[in-house]
Amino acid sequence: MKVPLSWLKDYIDLDGYTVEDLARMLTLAGLEVDEIKYAGLPMPTYEDGGRHEFKTSGIGWDRDKIVVAEIREVNPHPNADKLTLLDLFDGEKEQVVLTGAPNIFDLKGTGKLPNPLKVAYAKEGSTIYDGHADGLVLTTLKRAKIRGVESYSMVASEKELGISEEHEGIILLDDDAPVGMPLVEYMGDAVLSIDILPNMARNASVIGVARELAALTGRELRKPIIDYKAEGESVEKLVSIEISDPELNPRFVLGLVRDVEIKPSPYKIQRRLRLAGIRPISNVVDATNYAMLDQGEPLHAFDYDVLKERAGRKNIKISTRAAKDGEKIKTLDGVDRKLTSSNVLVLDEKGSLSLAGVMGGLETEVTDKTKNILLEGAAWNFINIRKTAKQHNLPSEASFRFSRGVHPSLAETGVKRGLQLMAEWSSGKVAPGLVDEYPLQPKDSVVEVTTKDVKRLLGIDLTVEKISELLTHLEFKCETTKVGLRVIAPPHRLDISEGVVGLADVLEEVARSYGFDNIPETRMADTLPPQIGNPVHEWEERVRDLLVSLGLQEIVSYRMTSSERESRVVSHDEYVVLANPIAPERSVMRRSLLASALESIEKNSRAESISLFELGPVFEPVKNALPNEPRKLVLVMTGLRQSLSWDVGDSPNFDFYDMKGRIELLLSGLRYTDVIYIPTDSRPFLHPGKAAEIIVDDKIVGVFGELHPLVRDKYEVGDAPILAAEFDLDVLRSVSPTYGIKAVADVPPILEDIAVILDEAVPASKVEALIRQTGGKVLTAVKLFDVYRDEKIGAGKKSLAYNLTYQSDKTMTDADAAAIRKKIVKRLEHEVGAKLRS
Amino acid sequence: MLDKLNEIEKTALESLEAINDQAALEAWRVANVGRSSPLMGIFSGLGKLSKEEKPVVGQAANRVRVALESALEERAQAVKNAALAKSLEEEQLDVTLPGRRVQLGRLHPSTQQLRRVMAILADMGFQVYTSREVETDEMNFQMLNFPPNHPARDMQDTFFVDAGERGDNPILLRTHTSPGQIHAMREYAATNPDNPPPIRIALPGMCFRYEQITARSEIQFNQVEGLVVGENITFADLKGTLVDFAHRMFGQDARTRFRASYFPFTEPSAEMDVECFVCRGKGCSVCKNSGWLEILGCGMVHPVVLQNGGYDPKRYSGYAWGMGPERQLMLRYKIDDIRYFWGNDLRFLEQF
Ligand SMILES: [Zn+2]
Repeated sequence: MKVPLSWLKDYIDLDGYTVEDLARMLTLAGLEVDEIKYAGLPMPTYEDGGRHEFKTSGIGWDRDKIVVAEIREVNPHPNADKLTLLDLFDGEKEQVVLTGAPNIFDLKGTGKLPNPLKVAYAKEGSTIYDGHADGLVLTTLKRAKIRGVESYSMVASEKELGISEEHEGIILLDDDAPVGMPLVEYMGDAVLSIDILPNMARNASVIGVARELAALTGRELRKPIIDYKAEGESVEKLVSIEISDPELNPRFVLGLVRDVEIKPSPYKIQRRLRLAGIRPISNVVDATNYAMLDQGEPLHAFDYDVLKERAGRKNIKISTRAAKDGEKIKTLDGVDRKLTSSNVLVLDEKGSLSLAGVMGGLETEVTDKTKNILLEGAAWNFINIRKTAKQHNLPSEASFRFSRGVHPSLAETGVKRGLQLMAEWSSGKVAPGLVDEYPLQPKDSVVEVTTKDVKRLLGIDLTVEKISELLTHLEFKCETTKVGLRVIAPPHRLDISEGVVGLADVLEEVARSYGFDNIPETRMADTLPPQIGNPVHEWEERVRDLLVSLGLQEIVSYRMTSSERESRVVSHDEYVVLANPIAPERSVMRRSLLASALESIEKNSRAESISLFELGPVFEPVKNALPNEPRKLVLVMTGLRQSLSWDVGDSPNFDFYDMKGRIELLLSGLRYTDVIYIPTDSRPFLHPGKAAEIIVDDKIVGVFGELHPLVRDKYEVGDAPILAAEFDLDVLRSVSPTYGIKAVADVPPILEDIAVILDEAVPASKVEALIRQTGGKVLTAVKLFDVYRDEKIGAGKKSLAYNLTYQSDKTMTDADAAAIRKKIVKRLEHEVGAKLRS
Repeated sequence: MLDKLNEIEKTALESLEAINDQAALEAWRVANVGRSSPLMGIFSGLGKLSKEEKPVVGQAANRVRVALESALEERAQAVKNAALAKSLEEEQLDVTLPGRRVQLGRLHPSTQQLRRVMAILADMGFQVYTSREVETDEMNFQMLNFPPNHPARDMQDTFFVDAGERGDNPILLRTHTSPGQIHAMREYAATNPDNPPPIRIALPGMCFRYEQITARSEIQFNQVEGLVVGENITFADLKGTLVDFAHRMFGQDARTRFRASYFPFTEPSAEMDVECFVCRGKGCSVCKNSGWLEILGCGMVHPVVLQNGGYDPKRYSGYAWGMGPERQLMLRYKIDDIRYFWGNDLRFLEQF
C-alpha cells in the first residue's frame, strides 16, 4: 500500500521525524516499507557518506526554482500552431512561457483569463524529469529558442515533477494555491510503499498507518471529523436491504447523495490518489476510492436513477445471496462471468448488480450523466471474497482488503466518509439517514491481561499503567481490575480473540508498541529437556562421511520428476502424482535415486571421472493415504580410475571392482563384518554378468553392478562403463551389527601363501569362505593376492593365490600352521575339487 | 720388521687419502686389512719369530691394524658424507609440478551448511528431529493455525498430491518443516501427558513451494527450524537464543535486529535481520542497500499450536524459528542463482 506522507499528516503530527525515521519505525513494527518515493520533499543526499536505508526514488523540488505561479493570459505562438504562449506571474515578475500542453490548448487565443490558472512553475536551472523521455530521466532547464521564441522555464506536468506518469497536460492547481510559494511547501510529499501482512488488513488505510505511528511515537491520533449536512427525503424510505445469509454478508449499508455535479476532483485529491497508485476518474468515483484508502472500507457507488428505473420507479429492494452454480454476471470491465456458489451477489429485484466485494456490474455503474448516487459499504466473509477474486482473477484494492477481513463497523464509517467527500467535492446533497442492515455483529473481544502474563510470555516487567498506555494508543479500551487489566479490542479489529489466544493477540500488540528492540536478550532459565537423540540421522551422517572419505561427491536432486524420465532406467506403474505440477517433467515424486543420479552423470559427462552419491527418501504411493518414504542411497561412478596428469598418460576406466571396493569399505566403516555378494541377473538395468546383490543377515540391503549397456545408451554419456549401487537404507540399518574391538596380539603372526587351481565356475567367495571356516579362529586374515589363468593350468581353470595370516594368543609354531594348511587343502580338494598349485 | 710395518702403514694411509668412492674403499680394505694383506701376512708370520721379537712386532702390528681400521672408518664416513652431499645437490625436483592426487569427496553445500547450523544448535542443547516430507493439510496447515482459506496460505503456495477427494484435508508436499513441531510435541507429550517434558529440538529437512523455477525462486529448499517449549520460556529468551546463534554463525560482533512480522503459528512473530556481513552495514547490492539481511523468521509458539501438540498454553510457552541454509549460502557467497543447488553441476559443487 502506498501512503503519501501529506495524507498521514492530516491525522498525526510528525514534525521532528525524517521520512526515513518513519519508515524505520513502521518497518520494525511489522509494516515493512519497501520503498520511499520522494515527490517534492527534499531527498536526503547523505553527502557526509551516509546512505539511504530504504530503496529510494523520486526527486526533491528546489524551493527557489519551482514555485506556484498563475497564468494570466494565453496567446497563440506566432510560428507554431501546436504551441501556446502563457503570460505568467511567479510572485515576483511576469514571464512569457511556452507550452504545448493539450489542457491549455483550448484556451489558446483567450488572451487575458478572467480567473487566472494556478500552475507549478519550473524556473531556469531547476531540475525536473524530462516529460518526453521514456522512463524517468532528469534534466535541468536551460535557455533555448523554440521557433523563434526564447524559452528558459516551463509549466510542469505531473511526470516532470515525479508525481505520476501523467504527461498529457500541465498540472492545474486548486484555486487556493498561493502564488509565489515554493511548490515543495505547498504540496511537497513523499510516499511510503508498505507491505501489508495478512493479519494487518486493519492497516491497509491511511488512518490505520497513522494509528500505528501514534502508538510508536506516543503522539495523538487526530481522526477526521465525519460530518455533513443532510437534507431531503430519508434514504431509509426509498431503499430496503435483504441479507439472506449473514455469515456471507454480516452488514450492508447504503447512503444516498442527490444532485451531484460530476467533474474532476480538487487537484490536491487527484494528486494524493495518483501518489497512492489510483487513477483519478471523477469527483464521485474519487470519493469512493479516497474514502477507502482513508478508512480501509471499500465502497461501491450505484447510479440511483438506473436502479430506480429497474425497480419500475418503485422503492428499490437490494438483496444479497450466494450465487448459484452457473449463474452469470457482466462486470463493469465488460466481461461475462460464470459464477459458482462461492461467489456472492448483490441484486435488485431485476437481477444481479455486482459481484460482491470484488467488482460492480456494468449497467448500474456511475457515469458522467449520473445525478444521484446510492453508496454501498458492506462487510463480507473474507473466504468468499478470496475465492471469488482468485477464481475470476480479479485482484483489486477492494478484494485485497475484503479477502483479508474488514470489520463490519467500517461499513458505516466508510459510507459516511464517502458521502461527506461526495457532498464536499460535487456539491451534492446527502439524504438523511442510512439503510443499515447489520444481522451479524461481531462482539468486541475482551481479554484479561496481568503484569504476570507479560512477564511470563514476553520476559519483561511492565506496569499496568504502561501496558494500558501502549494499548490505548492502538484504541484498545483498558480498565484496571484487581488483578490487572480488562482490555477491550477496538471496533476495527477482527484479529483479536478472547481467552488464551486473545492474550497472545494482545501481548503481541504490547510487544510491538513497546518495541521488540527494547526487550532484553536472556538465556533460558527453564529445565533442560530429556536427551533423546536421533540415531537414524546420526547413522546417515556417518554414511555421508564415509562416502566423502572414499572420494565421492554428494549431490541433491529434485524430488520431483516424471515417470518418463525415470523409465530410462527403471519403470514403476504407480507414483505419488502432483495435482498441480509446475511442468510435466516435474509432475511426480521420484521413486528412484538412480534415475536422477544418472541424469547428473549425463549433465557432467565432460568430466574425466565422476563419483557421486545421493541419500534421501523416495516416495511410494499408498492408496488414499500418505505415501511411504523409504530412505535410499545411490552411488554412481564412471570415467577414469586415475586422473590424467604429467606423469599419468593413460588410465583404465572405473570397473565393477572399483565400485565393489567402495561398497566394502563403506560397509566395513559401518561395522558390517559378514557381507555376502551374490551374482544376480534379475535387475534389468544392470549388466547380467556384472551385478551382485549385497546380503547382510539374509536380507538384501542393496544391489550394484555395471549399468546395462542398453540402459547406458539411453543417456548422453561417453563409452566408459557406468557403475551403480543402490541401497535400502532402512533395511541396511535394521541389520546393523553389534560390534566389538579385538585385542591387538603382541606375539608375531605366522604368514603363509597358498595357491590352488580350480574350475572357473567356483566363485572366489566360496573358496575364501571354506578357507576361513577350516582355518578357524587362529586364521585371522585371508587375502586373495592373485588370480591367474594360463594354458599350463588348463582351459576352464583358474588359479587363486592367498596370503594367510595365523595369529594366536600363544606362540604358534610352523608345524601348527602346516597342520592347519593341510586341512584347508584337503577341504578345498574335497568340496570344490581344488588342486594345490606347486 | 718394524720398518716394514711402518712402511705398510705409511703407504696404506697415503693411498687411503686419494679414495673417494665406496668401491675403492672396499678394495683398499681388502688390500690393506683383508685376509691376504701384507699386514695380515705379518700376523700370520708372528709364530715364526723369536720370543723377544714376537711381542714387540705383535704389538706394533696391532697398532698399525687399529690405525688403519680407524682411518678406514673415518674415510668411509667422509666418502658417505660427500656422496650424500653430492646426491642432495643433484636430486632437485621441480616442486612446482602438480602433486599426485586422489579424488576428494565433498558434501553437497546444503548439507555442509545444514551441518554448520546443526552443530551450533547442538552446542546450544538442541536435538535433531526429522519427519516426513509428504504431509496432510491438517499437519502442514490446520494444526499450525492456518485454517482452510486463511489469507496466510497465500504466503505458502502449495503442491498438492492427487489422492482422491479428501475434503479439507488434502495430501500435500510440506511447505515448511513445521509439521514436525506437531509430531514432536505429540511424541514428547505422549511420554507424560499430564506433565509433558520440555522440548528443545532442531528440525532440518526439504520443503516445497509451488513456484516457477527461476534464479530467485525454487520449488524445493531446505529449512531448519528450532522449537523450544517449556514452562518459563519468554520472548526475551527467544531473542537471547537467536542472538547467541547469530554470534556463532556470523561472528561475535554480528549485530541483529528484530522486526515484527506475521506467521500464523507464532505470536508475537518477528523476522531477525543480521547486519549485512558483506558490507558491514554500509549498504551494498547483497542487502539491497538496507545494511540488513533477513536471516530468519521467529516467534512465540501460538497457543493453538501448543494446544494441538498436547501442551497447555496456560502453563507452557515456547518459541520457534525457521531459516534457509541455501539462502544463507547465497548471501555468504554472493550466489545469484538459486538453481545451482539442485543442478548437480560439478563445477558448482566442487567449489564448496
Ligand atoms: Zn550489504
